[in-house]
Amino acid sequence: MSIGELFSLLITDHTIRTVAFGTAILGVVSGALGAFAVLRRQALLGDALSHAALPGVALAFMLTGQKTPAVLMIGAAIVGIMAILLLSAVTRVTRLKEDSVLGIILSVFFGFGLMLLTFLQRNPDARQAGLNTFLFGQAATLLTRDVLTMAAFGLPALVILAIFWKEFKLLSFDREFGSSLGFPMRGLDTALTSLLVVAVVIGLQAVGVVLMSAMLVAPGAAARQWTDRLSHMVLISALFGAIAGVAGALISSLGNGLSTGPVIVIVVSVIVVISLFFAPNRGLFWRRLRIWRNRRRYQAETVLLDFYRMAAQHADATQPHPIAALLAIRPGAQFGLDVLASRDLARPDSEGNWRLTPAGVAEAELLESGFANENGVTE
Amino acid sequence: MAPAFEIQLIAAVTAAACAILGTFLVLRGMAMMSDAISHTVLLGIVLTFMLVRDLKSPFLIVGAALVGLLTVGLTEALNRTRLVKQDAAIGLVFPALFSIAVILISRFARGVHLDNDAVLLGELAFAPFDRTIFLGMDLPHSLVVMGQVLILNWLMVRLFFKELKLATFDAGLAAALGFSPVLIHYALMGLVSVTAVGAFEAVGSILLVGLMVAPPATAYLLTDKLERMLGLSVIIGAGSAVGGYWLARSLDANIAGSITTVIGIVFVLTFLLAPRRGVLAIWRRRERQRYDFAQTMLTIHLFSHEGSPDYAYESQVMHLQEHLRWDQEFASEVVHRAQAAQWVQRDNGNLNLTEAGREQARAAIEY
Repeated sequence: MSIGELFSLLITDHTIRTVAFGTAILGVVSGALGAFAVLRRQALLGDALSHAALPGVALAFMLTGQKTPAVLMIGAAIVGIMAILLLSAVTRVTRLKEDSVLGIILSVFFGFGLMLLTFLQRNPDARQAGLNTFLFGQAATLLTRDVLTMAAFGLPALVILAIFWKEFKLLSFDREFGSSLGFPMRGLDTALTSLLVVAVVIGLQAVGVVLMSAMLVAPGAAARQWTDRLSHMVLISALFGAIAGVAGALISSLGNGLSTGPVIVIVVSVIVVISLFFAPNRGLFWRRLRIWRNRRRYQAETVLLDFYRMAAQHADATQPHPIAALLAIRPGAQFGLDVLASRDLARPDSEGNWRLTPAGVAEAELLESGFANENGVTE
Repeated sequence: MAPAFEIQLIAAVTAAACAILGTFLVLRGMAMMSDAISHTVLLGIVLTFMLVRDLKSPFLIVGAALVGLLTVGLTEALNRTRLVKQDAAIGLVFPALFSIAVILISRFARGVHLDNDAVLLGELAFAPFDRTIFLGMDLPHSLVVMGQVLILNWLMVRLFFKELKLATFDAGLAAALGFSPVLIHYALMGLVSVTAVGAFEAVGSILLVGLMVAPPATAYLLTDKLERMLGLSVIIGAGSAVGGYWLARSLDANIAGSITTVIGIVFVLTFLLAPRRGVLAIWRRRERQRYDFAQTMLTIHLFSHEGSPDYAYESQVMHLQEHLRWDQEFASEVVHRAQAAQWVQRDNGNLNLTEAGREQARAAIEY
């Protein structure tokens, strides 16, 4: 199936359209909120929170006897917020490091949820079958109703993010300054972290608790490479999340037995790798290129200066010199000479002797006088 | 052995093996690496399985341990680029590797006993059915594996205790003395990986995290000595494992989940009630300090007015509310305590300092 046909499914096929719409909503919400999590070093909090949501799902079902997504999501959100409060209480009171407390919350909440779920499944009540799709998520089974619920949770979260944009920005970059201005920073902290819970809750049904952390971390980490502006970063992050969501839904709809959650995570991981290497300025590829260019320029300039000082002993600065003389001064000169030749600043003749060109002499004089062209000789 | 006993033994042995390593993870701030490794060893298992086609092959452990180390290496490489922070690096690497593993299983290893649920959740209840002959004894496979892992972990920690201790508490000094903290770090992570592979079948990755992190963290609230912390972690872990088994049995629920629940309860109780670092102990200490301070304030107040014309007025119990801004209840409690300490004597509505009370006020002022 061609890419074009695949995309036409988005319009024609109702099921795929619903699933893609759902995963896109998830991508946008978790991307936008995850950008803040990445900046605030809360990447692993998402992991802990998504695991902590499981007992919320089980308890909501136990208490209400209902399995509608909205009820389960509210249960998950309440327990998620309890996990946040517990995390901050334990890290404030004890000397335990945050990562230990995250590990405890993650495993204990999840284990407790698992205990409740297995306990429920022993009961002869047919309706609870399917609760454990929350483990790995089942995007393929998303219904219009589910997508609407996801939107009903996600949209208010995004609106709150927009309303308190200035405050959240302050919180992420200069908390102390915010306190000194009289903003309730601790309350804002809890609020922003609670929004993270909303993103987690939206993702439960689609990608499950295990892979949800990637949806929060990866788009933000990728977006960070492309920009230094918070607003751009959040938008790019949301876009990456949406792309991963839709691509994952489409790829897994090909009927090859690939479940949506892992495919989405792999797509978003590929986006991260591309961003890490090729994002302008920060990308590793450009960084290497910059280092290589600087080295090249430095070597060419040193050889040019050596050459010039040697040639300046003679009346004619463009007089040829045997290469051995240049290599005697600087054993690695060959590379610099090649660079100079490529810029036509120096030239070898048929007998293997090198001479400076008039342009080379001019450039060297400039370097010698300390007024080198800002971009260097090789640019 | 009865299956019930065997299950408890497997759980307790696994808990002990995890607690030994977890102590160092908690102290070194690497607790979440156990989460990452416990997920990614699945990739090692799948890849090795695709080569050897045997789920019991010892190569599985080698492959999984290598992928565990790969996880650590990738996380650190990512961190070193300084493009992402440490926490994000962990959060990027392990879901990606885990997703690859899940997809490989669904594409190439379908129908084999290797499903995602089992890896995450574990099914201890089935562990006694999978048996091996070891040293002439008919034992559950998991028990043999985890017994060996426990001995390995114990031996390694025993042999390199000095080095581990030094690298954990003062990495700089360790490096200066010629112990490579990097080598120790990777060796520890290698052991965590081996433990994760050994345990994944029986207890699943989430319980593994619980057993690695929660018992040592609980022990850390109870003691300041490394040796004692190790011992306490093992006891708490193994005790919770046995307790969790009985909880699961009474509820007819998943054993791994019940064990983590018990560990969680033990942690919360310790958090609230620990002798010196618990919430209750801290609250009582603060309360006592509040009254100690107030009593001293009272003696200073009386002392500074002694002999002055307004003393009769200033020494009234009723006046304390106004002058020291204490509410009535608090004021009477302070007076009560000060009387018990024999710093003041009560004469109808008036208070008089005793010699001890005067001494206390003088000491406080001069200090």
